[in-house]
Amino acid sequence: MLFEFPLLSLIIWLPILFGIAVFATGSDHNAPLARWISLTGSILGFLVAVPLYTSFDSATAAMQFVENHTWFERFNVNYHLGVDGISMPLILLNCFITPLVIVAGWKVIQERVSQYMGAFLIMSGIVNGVFASLDAILFYVFWEASLIPMFLIIGIWGGPNRVYAAIKFFLYTLLGSLLMLIAFIYLYQTSGGSFSIQDYHELAIPLTPQILIFVAFLLAFAVKVPMWPVHTWLPDAHVEAPTGGSVVLAAILLKLGGYGFLRFSLPIAPDASHYLADMMIMLSLIAVVYIGLIALMQADMKKLIAYSSVAHMGFVTLGFFLFNAYGIEGAMVQMISHGFISGAMFLCVGVLYDRLHSRQIADYGGVVNKMPVFSAFFMLFAMANAGLPGTSGFVGEFMVIMGAIKVNFWYAFLAATTLIFGAAYTLWMYKRVIFGAVANPAVEELKDISKREFALLAILAIMVLWFGVYPYPLTEVMHTTVDHLLVHVSNSKL
Amino acid sequence: MNFIPPDFAPASSEIFMLIMVCVVMLADLTAGENRRYVAYLLTQVTLLGCALLTFLSFSTETSQTFSGMYVDDTMADMLKLMVYGTVSAVLIYSHAYISDRGMLKGEFFSLILFATLGMMVMISASHFLTLYIGLELLSLSLYALVALRRDSVMATEAAMKFFVLGALASGFLLYGMSMVYGATGTLQVSQLAQVIQSEASNKEVLVIGLVFIVAGISFKLSAAPFHMWAPDVYQGAPTAVTLFIGSAPKLAAFGFVMRLLVEGLGEMAADWQGMLVILAVMSMAIGNIAAIAQTNIKRMLAYSTISHMGFLLLGFISADANGYSAALFYVIAYVLMTLGTFAMIMLLCRSGFEAENISDFKGLSKRNTWYAFIALLLMLSLAGIPPMIGFYAKLAVLQAVVNAGYVWLAVAAVLFSLIGAFYYLRIIKLMYFDEPETDEPILPNSDVKILLSANGLAILALGIFPQALMGLSLYAIQNSM
Repeated sequence: MLFEFPLLSLIIWLPILFGIAVFATGSDHNAPLARWISLTGSILGFLVAVPLYTSFDSATAAMQFVENHTWFERFNVNYHLGVDGISMPLILLNCFITPLVIVAGWKVIQERVSQYMGAFLIMSGIVNGVFASLDAILFYVFWEASLIPMFLIIGIWGGPNRVYAAIKFFLYTLLGSLLMLIAFIYLYQTSGGSFSIQDYHELAIPLTPQILIFVAFLLAFAVKVPMWPVHTWLPDAHVEAPTGGSVVLAAILLKLGGYGFLRFSLPIAPDASHYLADMMIMLSLIAVVYIGLIALMQADMKKLIAYSSVAHMGFVTLGFFLFNAYGIEGAMVQMISHGFISGAMFLCVGVLYDRLHSRQIADYGGVVNKMPVFSAFFMLFAMANAGLPGTSGFVGEFMVIMGAIKVNFWYAFLAATTLIFGAAYTLWMYKRVIFGAVANPAVEELKDISKREFALLAILAIMVLWFGVYPYPLTEVMHTTVDHLLVHVSNSKL
Repeated sequence: MNFIPPDFAPASSEIFMLIMVCVVMLADLTAGENRRYVAYLLTQVTLLGCALLTFLSFSTETSQTFSGMYVDDTMADMLKLMVYGTVSAVLIYSHAYISDRGMLKGEFFSLILFATLGMMVMISASHFLTLYIGLELLSLSLYALVALRRDSVMATEAAMKFFVLGALASGFLLYGMSMVYGATGTLQVSQLAQVIQSEASNKEVLVIGLVFIVAGISFKLSAAPFHMWAPDVYQGAPTAVTLFIGSAPKLAAFGFVMRLLVEGLGEMAADWQGMLVILAVMSMAIGNIAAIAQTNIKRMLAYSTISHMGFLLLGFISADANGYSAALFYVIAYVLMTLGTFAMIMLLCRSGFEAENISDFKGLSKRNTWYAFIALLLMLSLAGIPPMIGFYAKLAVLQAVVNAGYVWLAVAAVLFSLIGAFYYLRIIKLMYFDEPETDEPILPNSDVKILLSANGLAILALGIFPQALMGLSLYAIQNSM
């Protein structure tokens, strides 16, 4: 290998170790210390992930930076890590978002600071583990473990209905994952005692078991994405979670589901994927159109963005099941871009919420008079969310629509309605919040964003524009892997 | 007539234990009211001595004694060592609790030691009657332990219920054994397998006997539909006794099932597999669903035990070394978790205050971050969430079940454990999301502090590095079959 150094292990364990160190700072007397350690940890976490991109060989579809050690022999489970063009960008996204989340919680979180910051760092490491695992059990352990910090983040620092949301989030996700575990055990039996994901890719499976495996995976990943009709946990979780929690949820955790489809469902059960592709496309289109309409009706800003997330993730699943390069690459770009845009949208809502402690659209109006700089940023992200050309939101959606039109005109037609609905619900919300007369006297008191908030939003704005204008660095690294995946998926395993 | 003395070596630790029980009783009698710690220390020394004896006689050879009624093999040694460790931990955890409640008496310790002796006999017996003697020694000591607070109505009622139902189950078991004897002409475990294999036995009678034996076993394991006693006894008994009942005897019960069903009636696996499937599914269903409705933490944990026993029985269904070792791993993981959980409950008790309700866990993370964290690990482990040991226990059992071709059973098992996850999450919710109702500080003794921390961290550490314990379980089973 190019890199003998256990880079992936470092990317996984460095944030976790920092997280434990942050926990160790204890009570809120040491809150400043906890904040600075977390910031250092998260920035270091990002810096160590940079070589992943710079040393990445985009000419091969093989796994890179591979580490393989025996974990426990009893079930032939290995500590097997590696990344390809699909997982590498997602790891970078995660490492990029973590420092932003830490900074976003800098002032707002005043209670149990060390636990809050520590939980985010640990989650960051765990999520990197999910993306880097090449062993099914290792993957499963990271996958489930990622629930624990998020559960606590929503439950401890969330809004009034946080307990309901936290438990709903946990149980929903657990339901899907447990069936995935059975699928793994079944694959372990059929493969003659291997938990290696790459072995599963080569495993011949008859159609009926393939469909059952696909359904088990579908439940796990569809809940995470979330696809219609198992999306109902997401608005609850988003509304109740603190801003940082919402950002991580939308930007990172939803991507776990999308990643799962590409790593498991498509390559392990290609025939079932083709067989059920129409159903998957239908579910995705329902998410795009129907959830888009639901988003239009929301009175709560966070809920609106949550529903818009479901609609945007519908594009991702749609792209996967078109089985062409535009579709899958578009879906990947959409995932990354959604990470930036939804993160930024939730940060914007967080900025308002920190000042007025309300998420209701009706409580705002005329904000532009008091917060012009903020309104400009919010404008950019709202436009990106609506898929305006020149922003990263456009690239992914456009590619997926291109992919869809090759398959069926009506798929593309229905998918394209999102450009209307997306613009409608986002811009209408923007109009009611930012423009108009000042409806609420409290809005008069608003102060524009601080330097800290400015820096956060500016960084995200740069990313959104950069990938909107020049997505090549992103598509380049995933191109070979996606081509390889498409070839693999087109070969029947029966 | 020539008398050839039997080989006492394989039973040396049991003999030592029996002598020491008498010593503990006498020592406590003479030590008097103010020096109760003598009995406590002697008990710990006894357990340590037994552990040394078992450890020194540890060999991979299987040795039999007392005309084949007693056996000492790798599985027995391993289980016994775990029993000693568990009982010792029980005593450390419950010391403060019982002394606060005036139960720090010689009887407590001698009954616990007698029960331990019963467990050792159950683990090492290779004759149905020896098994029965071990079981009764354990059961009778437990009945007495539950009733130890004779001024408590709850405890007396629980003891009564436990005794009546327990006697009934023992009757079942004996009746089943008599059927087996009638059909085969032997009760010795090793001969039994041969007789059944040679088909010189009456199959119908044997199957009827098997039904009674399985019913007796499931009572002792508190598997549904023979679980009725468990919630009442768990709730009524003093928490220290509940901790004891819920922990070490499960290890002995595992040994008991291995000796009876696997080694003795292994040839009839096809018959008992079906029964265990029903018992397992019912236990998981009743245990997990009924636990949701409980407000009393001890009662909730009783139902949780029932569901865990269902999971444990799943390990036996595959009827091969793979499944048995999974069940052994499960029972060890379960005992570790139970120890920690009940210790946590006792930690919340103060003199004059019993932590009984799940609401007593409210706001624990604000009262004490560290113990709340330990309790978090315990609850997640009970729910089977990785990277805690409880997950690997479930993984091993599920793998065995899928291996045996029961995929639907594995699906049912995970669905019930999803229901189960809810009430463990509720405890986490109370600890982390709610405000405390009291700001009474939690001040355990330093030995409890260290042991509980080690216990909680072991659940995480064994989850991150499960290989050693898994390998050990497989080794013990493979070496004893």
